[in-house]
Amino acid sequence: MEKVKQKDLILYSGLIILGLAAPYLFSAFKVQLTYLCVLIVLAMTWNLQGGEMGYNTFGNILFYGLGMYLTASVQVGMFFPLAEWTESGGEKTFVHTTAQYFQGIGVGLLVSAIVPAVIAGAIGYAILGLRGHYFAICTLGLGIAAGEIAGGIEIIGAGQGFTTPPFPAEIVDTEARGKFFYFLSFALLIGTFVFVKYIYGSRFRLILNAIRDNEDKAEAMGIQTMKYKIVGWMCSAFFCGLAGGIMGGLIGYIDSTDVAFDGREMGVFMVLMAILGGKGTLWGPVIGATLFHFFKEGLWTLILGWQYVALGVLIVVIVVYFPEGLMGWLREKYPERFGEVIDDKDRKAQVELK
Amino acid sequence: MDFLIFKAPMLMVQASLDGILLGILFALIAYGMALQWGVMNIINIAQGDLVILGGYIAYTIYLWGIHPAWGVIISPIIMFFVGWGLYKLVINKVVDRDLFISILATFGIAIVFQQLMNFIFGADVVVAQSEYGTTMLFDNSVTLPNSKIFSAFISVLYAVALVIYMKKSRLGRAIRATAQNARAAKILGVDTEKVYAATFGINAALCGIAGALISITLTLHPYVGLPYTVRSFMIVIVAGLGNLPAVAVSGMGLGLFEEFADYILGTEFRIGAVFLLLVLILVYRRFKLSKKREYLK
Repeated sequence: MEKVKQKDLILYSGLIILGLAAPYLFSAFKVQLTYLCVLIVLAMTWNLQGGEMGYNTFGNILFYGLGMYLTASVQVGMFFPLAEWTESGGEKTFVHTTAQYFQGIGVGLLVSAIVPAVIAGAIGYAILGLRGHYFAICTLGLGIAAGEIAGGIEIIGAGQGFTTPPFPAEIVDTEARGKFFYFLSFALLIGTFVFVKYIYGSRFRLILNAIRDNEDKAEAMGIQTMKYKIVGWMCSAFFCGLAGGIMGGLIGYIDSTDVAFDGREMGVFMVLMAILGGKGTLWGPVIGATLFHFFKEGLWTLILGWQYVALGVLIVVIVVYFPEGLMGWLREKYPERFGEVIDDKDRKAQVELK
Repeated sequence: MDFLIFKAPMLMVQASLDGILLGILFALIAYGMALQWGVMNIINIAQGDLVILGGYIAYTIYLWGIHPAWGVIISPIIMFFVGWGLYKLVINKVVDRDLFISILATFGIAIVFQQLMNFIFGADVVVAQSEYGTTMLFDNSVTLPNSKIFSAFISVLYAVALVIYMKKSRLGRAIRATAQNARAAKILGVDTEKVYAATFGINAALCGIAGALISITLTLHPYVGLPYTVRSFMIVIVAGLGNLPAVAVSGMGLGLFEEFADYILGTEFRIGAVFLLLVLILVYRRFKLSKKREYLK
């Protein structure tokens, strides 16, 4: 047992050092690395619903988009009138000082974490009472409705979009912006990972798994399933909101359906990454997101114009032929590594049964 | 918010007529979805994109100089084979699996379809001109394009024809038998694989008809498929599987809701209102069932 822990320690410290050194080692890819961190966060939080709880949601994009709009709105609204900002197309009339920028984004991220979590709690009781595919379709509708409605609200830019405050011009270091957002997202990634790992070692995960495996029985055993489902969704919303806030600042421009409530890209990506890596595992979404991101970035430029076709085909192939994901495949292949003890006699008996 | 509609009764008549005629069209798409959901237990997210593809087929023959109304005959024939091919390629691998797998897989198909249509037909909003003119009612205060009346008429015609076909023909009976109990049907000699392929083909053909009608009554664009999927899903969950009159009624109800939402909330919220209505309907049904300690299955 000691030995395993030591191994873990080396792994984690190695990964953290790699993460801290990455923006210096791969200086040109800071934006991509930030994306990667955010994608991993989204995949891990999706996995809490889809993998652990068995509630396949398309709706986490709602919290992501909400976080994006909230961070930007707070960041602007704290110092300037929001309506005039969006009307004038942003930065032309008003300029944030350095202090204002960082204060704004700090408070904005705080709001964008709390408000989505509260909203998840508020709508959770109604939405999480749906099961199976009804839940999936309902959350799909929720995400798209949010995008369409946000596209009609004037104060956050409506259809023409919302320019987030530009990085303060007083900081002359050209690398600073990339580094700032990278470390922000890396901190979020570590926070999410620690939190999810804590959940994986707790009773909470067992309850979520019980809900996934048989909700009626779990209820009959005296578990207040609704309470746990809502708490689980609130946790996801919290981190999705933060991820959205960071992405909004990084991209610098928020469009209602193409950037914020982007069900066609982000909303599907998070599901796909978790499935690719293997849902219901701690490392699956991390590996899935990393693989997916490398695949996407590597291939996107090669097949310019055809990327969505490739994405669609990829979804079909992964879902149809590879639904257990990478971790599921490894588990099948090397069950001992996953702490599953398989009796040889048992295996033979199974083979004979077949 | 704009309550002009309540001040002008003629606007209300206009919206109601538009809504009902549109609703009949939605009901036709929903009928296809109910058929394929009931028989194969698959939720097809690509339904709306099949509709749009059908519409583009009609638009193509319009570009060739043939009247687009012929699309209601040509488009379903082509779409039947598209559906058949789609089944053989992908859908047959997800039929007996978890419903979520089918949702995701058809989502992938939807993305591919959207993008391919974007390549082939371009990203512009297009419409095929039927040049049927308009009918003026009530002292010219209500205008009704004849193409809408035509589309409602054709939808009803095809729906009735399909009902009769499902009742009388050999394939129709095989489809209904498979829907009731696939295993029993298999034992009794029904080739369920073929039935599934035919069902998906018929669904695609229905989408093709609806698409051809949409190409002359509304507009086409590669990315507007998903709202049609959601509309038909909504109609099916309100009406239930295999309840055709209810499908027609709830289709018209949805059409009415949309037209009124358009006038009251404004056009920019129209699609948002549709998706929000879906959420509200599901939540309403969930609360209604939870009183009896049940849930939507």
